Amino acid sequence: MEGAWEIAFVFFQVWLSVIVGLIMLPAMFGVSLGFTDIYIKVLVKILEWATLRIQRGQKEQPTLPSQSANGIIEKDDGSMEEEIGELRRSHPKNLAGGDFTLCDAFYFCKKGIENIVEDQVTQRFTSEELASWNLLTRTNNNFCYISLRLTIIWGLGVFIRYCILLPLRITLAVIGLSWLVIGTTLVGLLPSSNVKNWLSDLVHITCYRICARGLSATIHYHNKENRPKKGGICVANHTSPIDIVILANDGCYAMVGQVHGGLMGVIQRSIVRSCPHVWFERSEMKDRHAVAKRLKDHIADKNKLPILIFPEGTCINNTSVMMFKKGSFEIGGTIYPVAIKYDPQFGDAFWNSAKYNMVSYLLRMMTSWAIVCNVWYLPPMTRQDGEDAVQFANRVKSAIAHQGGLVDLSWDGGLKREKVKESLKEEQQKMYSSMIVGSDFFEASVGPA
Amino acid sequence: MGSRASSLLREEDIEEIKKETGFSHSQITRLYSRFHSLDKGENGALSREDFQRIPELAINPLGDRIINAFFPEGEDQVNFRGFMRTLAHFRPVEDNEKNKDPTSGEPLNSRANKLLFAFRLYDLDRDDKISRDELLQVLRMMVGVNISDEQLGSIADRTIQEADTNGDMSISFSEFTKVLEKVDVEQKMSIRFLH
Repeated sequence: MEGAWEIAFVFFQVWLSVIVGLIMLPAMFGVSLGFTDIYIKVLVKILEWATLRIQRGQKEQPTLPSQSANGIIEKDDGSMEEEIGELRRSHPKNLAGGDFTLCDAFYFCKKGIENIVEDQVTQRFTSEELASWNLLTRTNNNFCYISLRLTIIWGLGVFIRYCILLPLRITLAVIGLSWLVIGTTLVGLLPSSNVKNWLSDLVHITCYRICARGLSATIHYHNKENRPKKGGICVANHTSPIDIVILANDGCYAMVGQVHGGLMGVIQRSIVRSCPHVWFERSEMKDRHAVAKRLKDHIADKNKLPILIFPEGTCINNTSVMMFKKGSFEIGGTIYPVAIKYDPQFGDAFWNSAKYNMVSYLLRMMTSWAIVCNVWYLPPMTRQDGEDAVQFANRVKSAIAHQGGLVDLSWDGGLKREKVKESLKEEQQKMYSSMIVGSDFFEASVGPA
Repeated sequence: MGSRASSLLREEDIEEIKKETGFSHSQITRLYSRFHSLDKGENGALSREDFQRIPELAINPLGDRIINAFFPEGEDQVNFRGFMRTLAHFRPVEDNEKNKDPTSGEPLNSRANKLLFAFRLYDLDRDDKISRDELLQVLRMMVGVNISDEQLGSIADRTIQEADTNGDMSISFSEFTKVLEKVDVEQKMSIRFLH
């Protein structure tokens, strides 16, 4: 009996020293030992082999449905005027005037059916479909047995991910978060000074680095010269809560958000002790002027860290950028846009909050292969003369979408939960009315025929 | 996205749908994935609310009429078979289908059936006639508040005058077909499905 306990104890000691020595210490100094790189390289080779094997399997068994990441249909991109104009061309011209024809309905009908089969918005709120299976059960759409070797590798993958990587990652996450809470509380006891700021930055970055290791995150930063500076506002596209860890690995930011209870609340309260973050009570969030004022005050102080804001307001699945809420663009100050693009091959980072709660989401993250992403820092932007907040927001959004290779949509991310505004339908009706009224209006003013 | 969706669709069902609608095997499985993702209640059928959740459809002036076309008279749930049957109207017309054996009945995506689909968008009470009142209602859906009642009324009158050949002040399906005989219905009421 005692022997078993001793062995367990030794094992535990070895485990801890591995973690501290090989992961925590390098994280503190920002040094990488290269294990993750080797891991990723091996993974890439295995996934490439798996893709080829699946493609070969599909050729041999033609009844297997092939996964294609293309859409279901091919759409025409004509405008309302073009399409209805074409429809009417084949219809005998109505000499009495009045531009309505019965075939106008065809346009709306076809558009409607196209949108039922495939639309631009609802697909953004579920995970992206992969072009080829990446050996994770969860991305498995049409599992059909292909070969023994593939199944063995998949089984091995399950074992490695759940029995080796998961405990490792959970340990790291726990250590990272507790260090964050303890470290920032300790730093918070110091009087305000440059030393305090420097220590606060160090504690924050170390903890985020440990958390990043806890997800096997490989992040490539591009254009570091454009990194957000103090007194500015950093805006980025939002895919998951992990975005914060990704960005905070390379710089220190002031977070903005609602006050939460529970574990999140504990973390929020302790990190605000060491450096100013902006936390709002639920009631304060309704008052847009109060919110704007607090943010304005924050960026006016050039000693405070740049604010990190996600103007989409909700998580999108990283295939597109949706409407940016204009609030952050009305405050003034320099905007530092950042584009984040995850590589879905190694793990899907999107948080589908309708389907998974935070804990299941984190577990899924920690049992993926890895999180691989690219972060591009874009040159700073400011509002130009004659440009209102909405136009400015759209300009920033286009820049981010262009850099990240994402689709630029003007639809509101809030459509995840809410209905679309009536005014958009009214716009469509207005556009159509102007196509009918034209000559008819003239006819009416001339008098009855 | 639809992780186990395709396994809920049996091969026999796929074969039957294939025969009835003319869609290919892979098109059917992809459309089933889509059906499944729209079915938020996960009960194997879509309600009108499920369709309304598509923003681009919700802002379509004729959105409600199009959604209505999926639901048989008096019902408010549509299953996958019904869904596919309605979508089948929008398959492009292929030449080899004209050679199909005539006993199988007219395919769902024939020119006549496409025109019938459009006719039914206007025919609100399903009595096989488009009355002046029905035409006015549909016009009102399309233009919103932007055109006055009188103007809309004269547009409706003119349209009926133009199409009505038997003097009953309403448009029957054959009159509808005659008025639109020069319109390229096959192309305008078809969607290019990818394989």
